[in-house]
Amino acid sequence: MAVKILMPALSPTMESGKIAQWLVKENETVSSGDILAEIETDKAIVELEAIDDGVVGKILFEAGPDQIEVNRPIAVLLIDGEDANAIEAALNDTNADTDSNTAAETETETETGLAQETGAETGAAPAETDSSNQPPLAAPEPVADMVLPADTSYRDIAMREALRDALAEEMRRDADVFIMGEEVAEYEGAYKVTQGLFKEFGGKRVIDTPITEHAIAGLGVGAAFAGLKPVVEFMTFNFAMQAIDQIVNSAAKTRYMSGGQVNCSIVFRGPNGVASRVAAQHSQDYSSWYAHIPGLIVLSPANASEAKGLLKAAIRDPNPVVFLEHELLYGDIASVPDYDDFVLPIGRARIARAGADVTLVSYARGVAMALQAAEELAESGVQAEVIDLRSLRPLDMDTVIASVEKTHRLVTIEEGWPVCSVGGHIAATVQRLAFDALDAPIEAVNGVDVPMPYAANLEQLALPQVAQIVAAAKRAAYLTDAAE
Amino acid sequence: MGLQFYGEGMVSKATKKKTKLPKQQAIEFWTDMALIRRFEERCGQIYAMGQIGGFCHLYIGQEAVVVGLQATAQDGDQVITGYRDHAHMLACGMDPNRVMAELTGRMDGYSKGKGGSMHMFSIEKNFFGGHGIVGAQVPLGTGLAFANKYRDNNNIAFIYFGDGAANQGQVYESFNMAKLWNLPCLYVIENNRYAMGTSVSRASSQTDLSHRGASFDIPGAQVDGMDVEAVYAAGKKAVAHVRSGKGPFILEMLTYRYRGHSMSDPAKYRKREEVDKVRNETDPIKLLEARLLADGLIDEGQIAARRNDIKEKIEQAVDFALAAPLPPETELMVDILADSGDTHGR
Repeated sequence: MAVKILMPALSPTMESGKIAQWLVKENETVSSGDILAEIETDKAIVELEAIDDGVVGKILFEAGPDQIEVNRPIAVLLIDGEDANAIEAALNDTNADTDSNTAAETETETETGLAQETGAETGAAPAETDSSNQPPLAAPEPVADMVLPADTSYRDIAMREALRDALAEEMRRDADVFIMGEEVAEYEGAYKVTQGLFKEFGGKRVIDTPITEHAIAGLGVGAAFAGLKPVVEFMTFNFAMQAIDQIVNSAAKTRYMSGGQVNCSIVFRGPNGVASRVAAQHSQDYSSWYAHIPGLIVLSPANASEAKGLLKAAIRDPNPVVFLEHELLYGDIASVPDYDDFVLPIGRARIARAGADVTLVSYARGVAMALQAAEELAESGVQAEVIDLRSLRPLDMDTVIASVEKTHRLVTIEEGWPVCSVGGHIAATVQRLAFDALDAPIEAVNGVDVPMPYAANLEQLALPQVAQIVAAAKRAAYLTDAAE
Repeated sequence: MGLQFYGEGMVSKATKKKTKLPKQQAIEFWTDMALIRRFEERCGQIYAMGQIGGFCHLYIGQEAVVVGLQATAQDGDQVITGYRDHAHMLACGMDPNRVMAELTGRMDGYSKGKGGSMHMFSIEKNFFGGHGIVGAQVPLGTGLAFANKYRDNNNIAFIYFGDGAANQGQVYESFNMAKLWNLPCLYVIENNRYAMGTSVSRASSQTDLSHRGASFDIPGAQVDGMDVEAVYAAGKKAVAHVRSGKGPFILEMLTYRYRGHSMSDPAKYRKREEVDKVRNETDPIKLLEARLLADGLIDEGQIAARRNDIKEKIEQAVDFALAAPLPPETELMVDILADSGDTHGR
């Protein structure tokens, strides 16, 4: 059966091309791989190869300036000693494998390619679902926090110990769980979170790595692909910038890219957020960076008890989890349950303080600041409700909106910069889903939009302060003394 | 020392020797390589018809590398590679129909049409992708090997990457840990001479890439990657080293890609004569075919019959891939997370 040679589409944007030059003549014998012609596309001149052995039966278009649309036959190749009669037969045969019944789809795919090239984010989505602009059809069922047995004992311990306990308990429970990172074993952790683990579990499961964040992350993800459950500690999340490609492109996306085949149960954890007097490269909140990424779960605990229950949830979760601990909270002491199955739900915010007048939403260290602000506001007769998000992805907007429907006022608080922030996303979502519930513009308290300075006074100026939260809440409540 | 090109030295010697392979295996190698060649040629063609979108990187010319090496793998060994990955999937025993269906973005593809040419996987066949970020598969593969050692299961990971990826920093971070912990990694550098349009000598201060493990104490060997027998022989030695617990090994496969980097590459950075010379003098399929014929292991008629079988098999794959349905729109938000309800992005 003679083969039609078609004008090829050689780039996702190409709709037609010119024949710059034929490198074969009619009646010439060609082999698979021989260059037949040079085609001028919208971008470059590209060679067209034969993929079958045969004889050039007919050239349908000479080289020249004419634009020939993609998929139009430009020549016919005779196979296995066919004669010239096969040429007409091939051209009339619309069922040949190279026929035009695919043209419609070709067009769509070309558009898809164009959308991708121009950077349009969702232009190629086959479904006309403006899923980013609509509430989901069914709101997720809220998952209640677990009820602990009545005889559970509690201990007052610091967050670093609570995290250590969570790690140790999960490592005892599941032999596939291991921890790796810089100084996690013999040194027992740069922040002493892994104290005692090397002694208990040994070097096979508590692994000191060289200082190579990028490959530690990648190696951990590969081990997770193979079914292990790594906990990768970054000495701080500032250093995870060296590894963010593996977190985003490998850990977060592979399940989707594999059509659900490849599991990646891994926890990336370490201190995040502002530290004290360490300046711009060691003092930054990365929450919104990771919260942006589909395929990740992002958790950030506000106290020691939360840290334990959330880290255990992170390790047991089958997905990649970015677990953002706050360096300034490591010494924070709270009453923590001594219970092996103390596992908090992922994706459910916590009401840290109930109130009816204004909603303060935050996470990590911002929660303590919001609680302090709530105390001060109470003195002015304003009852603030404080929401600890706990999970930045998935984000529990139901709890936030239910609160705003009660208080009609919202202040978001975070250490991160204001542009493309967690609070910015919450504000956008609240105005979209609960516009009528709002009695005042949504207020935001953020870190100041500047690299973190070293000088003590400038550092304080760059950080969110309790007084700013109080002032923002009063503005939202239209209390006059906050006008300044 | 510049790059050695084929047809000189090493390869002309290789063509003279008789095949040392058992007949059955030699014919299998030939068949596997010819199948990959035909698959890739048809990919190129249906790409040109607009049926494959985006980027598509063909393996034509490099077939001996993956065919010879995968013949040394045992059950449970993992394979991971970059985006020039169709051949690796076929060599791992993945179904050409489903690979082709992924290329055309259909529901019956290995990734339900969500991955495309560069991102395909088969857990069943221990093929872990298919990765689009140059060099990213090297730490990932090292992690697969880590899991083997953790489980003490005597499996090894085949980690393929190109001469371009060989200059990425994370490759050396991986080498360091792999040797530090003696992980069962077989690193295969597929040196096809060009990282996109940049030749090895324009990108690498040391062009003998088999030495890239030297400062980590990882042994390496440079192999004629156009000669499937040479690949197989070197692979067996390297695999034995890795499987014995001695840690990683680097195989630099000197090979050549006939086509451009991707389908839209006009390949103006090299002369046509260079490509023609490799194709005419050291083509891996022709090389083995000549030996098989000379040794009387196969005749022209049998070769033609096999070519026809392959052609038919690939036609079936194309038919399957073009007839398969697009993923339903409900697939858009599926497979983001494991059983977590996918309620993100509200």
